[in-house]
Amino acid sequence: MTSILSVKNLTVATKVNASRLLVKNVSFSLQPGKTTCIVGESGSGKSLTALSIMGLLSKQLVQTQGSVVFQEQNLTLFNNSQLREIRGKKIGMIFQEPMTSLNPVLTVGYQIGESLTVHLGLKGAALKARIANLLQQVGIPESRADSYPDELSGGQRQRVMIAMSIACEPLLLIADEPTTALDVTVQAQILKLLDELKTRMNMAMLFITHDFGVVADIANDVVVMFRGEIVETGAVEQVLSNPQHPYTKALLDCVPDAAGKKELKPMDYAWLKGEVTT
Amino acid sequence: MSQIILEAKNLNKTYTQRSGRFGFGTTLVQALDNVSIQLRTGSTLAVVGESGSGKSTLARCLLQLQPLESGEVFFQGKDLAQMSGEDLRVTRRDLQMVFQDPFASLNPRMRIGEIVGEGLLIHGLGSRDEQKSQVLSMLNRVGLKSEDVKKYPHEFSGGQRQRIGIARALVLSPKVLICDEPVSALDVSVQAQILLLLKELQAEMALSTLFISHDLRVVRHIADDIVVMNRGKIVEQGEVAEIYENPTQTYTQQLLSAIPGQKHLRKQALNA
Repeated sequence: MTSILSVKNLTVATKVNASRLLVKNVSFSLQPGKTTCIVGESGSGKSLTALSIMGLLSKQLVQTQGSVVFQEQNLTLFNNSQLREIRGKKIGMIFQEPMTSLNPVLTVGYQIGESLTVHLGLKGAALKARIANLLQQVGIPESRADSYPDELSGGQRQRVMIAMSIACEPLLLIADEPTTALDVTVQAQILKLLDELKTRMNMAMLFITHDFGVVADIANDVVVMFRGEIVETGAVEQVLSNPQHPYTKALLDCVPDAAGKKELKPMDYAWLKGEVTT
Repeated sequence: MSQIILEAKNLNKTYTQRSGRFGFGTTLVQALDNVSIQLRTGSTLAVVGESGSGKSTLARCLLQLQPLESGEVFFQGKDLAQMSGEDLRVTRRDLQMVFQDPFASLNPRMRIGEIVGEGLLIHGLGSRDEQKSQVLSMLNRVGLKSEDVKKYPHEFSGGQRQRIGIARALVLSPKVLICDEPVSALDVSVQAQILLLLKELQAEMALSTLFISHDLRVVRHIADDIVVMNRGKIVEQGEVAEIYENPTQTYTQQLLSAIPGQKHLRKQALNA
């Protein structure tokens, strides 16, 4: 199958010290209708990878190498106004904190409508109808369009974020730890919603998480990152049931299971000697 | 039947919350609604629930860090809720707490040695030299180095800070340890280390632990008994294995079925 996005040898360094690499030679590709999970611990470079795909790296960081090819165009060569055409229209984004990523002084309807106006030029009744339709798709009553973010619960806010991100029917949805701040029952609902939307819209989804349970529920493919490098990639069943890399194995051994049958093991970094030069 | 070291009976606690568009109205939130729990000596009791279920309020009310409206908290035959001042202070030595956020619960201006030794100082336990050596041996026990006593909290990672929090609580040799989400801010590899450390220390020091958590996978691993809370009420309680295998209440069933990754585990079990 042709991939919608392919990342090749992506490398990110700090501006002050170009030899300090935060993301090293990362390559993977995404297919429409499939979810790829990037899983790793804090500092593994998973969020930076997502941010550099969209050209949203902070000013202290710089992409020193590699290409991000989206629909046969190399996004790394795009300037800001070209990127703005893509962001929010063809690539949707959801972030971790539903509390801080919404503007508290604007109604949720207005915030959902913004990208529809900017990218598709929708106005008036057509805009209103589309906002109502989007709210309904994410399971929020239409009447909530006039509510402010503080009037909604955490799960509802994340649903609003999802409605915003899918407003222009993007080809790719990047979700950075979208359920980490939520309660488990709400998390289960949001995961289900994202999975349904992905299937219905035939989107590719890049899902970033640190939770292997979430990976098992939502991923088709998995990319495991450690200290800025990919240590293992593969189909979800393969990586979870038959991990090849010692880091993946050790990380899976750290995850407690709800059945209580597994013995927890402390993280073992013995394999690091020689294998990864850090 | 083993002995009960800490028992709470019919705890009630209500908060007022601002409501309405400009916060002029008030609504009452029942954070604890007739909550009764029993902590068996030497065991771990987990309190689980989603945000707003009252589990942290329960921890704070047990230690009398927040006043109760009504209810009794028995520790070694005495009602903590009726104690005050000096009595309560002395008794708290036996009831220590580890907090959730390792970045917020350590005073950034104090050295690690002072943080861990403060309890010994306050309770006047031993001479200065004895206190110093106790602090050192506790720090070593939780996996920190002797030279770390001179450092400040910001020089440590999240996992190391949580170790400091544990050392601070355990240096007083308490009988009961209350942990409020001690591993939820940590990476899974660090989480495993801290859970294993807690388990070891618990056995070594014959601790009875109240473990507050929203993560049912962690709870399954560390607890003997479990209390499920929802909106200030206890929904279900019992032995961990029993509740996980045969939850009788709908809410417990919902919580358990929402644990991510179960479909995969079932598949794996079938294949094995």
